[in-house]
Amino acid sequence: MLYAVLCYNSEDAVFSWTAEQDAKVMADLGQVQQRWSHKLGPTARLMPTTAATTLRKGDPPLVIDGPFAETKEQLLGFYLVNCDDLDEVLTFCKELGAANPGGAYEVRPLHFFSNGVLPADAVSARVSESA
Amino acid sequence: MSDLAWIDAAITSARPQAVGALLRYFRDLDTAEEAFQEACLRALRTWPEKGPPRDAASWLIMVGRNAALDGKRKTSRQAELPPEDQISDVEDVETPMAERLDGAHYRDDILRLMFICCHPDLPATQQIALALRIVSGLTVKQIARVFLVGEAAMEQRITRAKARIAKAEVAFEAPGPVERSERVAAVAHMVYLVFTEGYTAGWETAQTRAPLCEEAIRLSRLVLRLFQAEPEIMGLTALLLLQYSRAAARFDPQGAAVLLDDQDRGRWDREAIGEGLALIDKAMRHRRPGPYQVQAAIAALHARAARPEDTDWANIEQLYAALEVMTPSPVVTLNRAVAVSKARGPAEALAMIEPLETPLAGYFYWHGARGAFLLQLDRKAEAREAFNRAIALANTAAEAAHIRGQIDRLQADVTAAG
Repeated sequence: MLYAVLCYNSEDAVFSWTAEQDAKVMADLGQVQQRWSHKLGPTARLMPTTAATTLRKGDPPLVIDGPFAETKEQLLGFYLVNCDDLDEVLTFCKELGAANPGGAYEVRPLHFFSNGVLPADAVSARVSESA
Repeated sequence: MSDLAWIDAAITSARPQAVGALLRYFRDLDTAEEAFQEACLRALRTWPEKGPPRDAASWLIMVGRNAALDGKRKTSRQAELPPEDQISDVEDVETPMAERLDGAHYRDDILRLMFICCHPDLPATQQIALALRIVSGLTVKQIARVFLVGEAAMEQRITRAKARIAKAEVAFEAPGPVERSERVAAVAHMVYLVFTEGYTAGWETAQTRAPLCEEAIRLSRLVLRLFQAEPEIMGLTALLLLQYSRAAARFDPQGAAVLLDDQDRGRWDREAIGEGLALIDKAMRHRRPGPYQVQAAIAALHARAARPEDTDWANIEQLYAALEVMTPSPVVTLNRAVAVSKARGPAEALAMIEPLETPLAGYFYWHGARGAFLLQLDRKAEAREAFNRAIALANTAAEAAHIRGQIDRLQADVTAAG
């Protein structure tokens, strides 16, 4: 079964980490990801919600600055992971949590999944495209 | 990471909201800061066991408020109680509704806390020091290190600045829309000052001052979280991110400044650039341009050029022309002239900056740019003279070293030709 693991944490707290603290968390998470690499699909870390834009459907649709929901904890990233059952995916979450305390993981089984065509360097390609 | 480091990060991120709310309760900065301090001490005792609470700010507000009120009760035998109207709204200290109480106010609380640091009577350096102390929670020792002054001197400077704002009338009611937008503008400028204080440092101080840049980016994101639809705050945040993205490439190992054209673009921080570009995208959609957005757009054009020769100088020149209209200043014109020299050659650029001699005669960059244009026009004697004037006016060793490099090149040319 495919699961989405949605990572929530207070972005105020996360973006108050020093560069060293941030690097340490990312390195620790990297080790967990390494252990689970045979089961992991796409993994993403999101920019802060200040970079978010929300389109509220309607006629006409409304474009709003900021995230969809104003909450104490924000969606900061996600994993797609292929696990046998809920127990296994919760084990994955516990390991992630040990590397990155604070916040919560929401586990959501997938109904539909398409692998898509995203190039691995899509993020940096966006930066270097000439204006 | 140790528990303590986590708690530190949680407290740092909760600080503006908590001190802002406590300031609204007590209407006195010292009381608010002491209350927050006490709450932090209790947090350090209880959080390591139980873990930080889910809503650290509300916890610190409640505990700080109660502690300060207890303190007031204990000293009430010696000292007079504060006027009733000041404590009447905090009578019921047992209420567990801190979150509801604060939720509605927290935007204005944080804005007020930042705004009191922007008092127009305070010189820029005091505004910065005060913001770092009050909003960011840096210790006096840390701030003193940043400004390269003694701890006692900095303590005195902050105390004096606080005394000055204590006398100023700060409105504690929720501000109206006009006042709110004025506050946002003042706070944005203060955040920008914090950044430039860190960013304009020379190589010797760049390491000690880097935290200022990071703190300014954090504050800018915080203001943007409060005012999500403000294009100028998007622009400010983008500007800081895009400038700071070049931090690792700005100095060579000997500490000399590296010009934009000569920087190793592989050392630019791609994550910061990506976020900056995303924010400019968002800001442009509002079609309400302002100086921060234009400056960010200029920085974005540099960030997007994979090589110096890919830089869209014509577009940059247009943006500087727009900035000249919004914030006329000889320095902006000078920057525009640099873009002109790249887009259309040094002759036109030189003609553009010659009339600026009166206002910029004491300005390092004017002489440096003039020397560079003259050199490109092969007017070597005049170029040398301009470079010599520039060296005399250099603010940092790195600036001087950079100009000396130009003169050496000039010298080498002459020698080779001779």
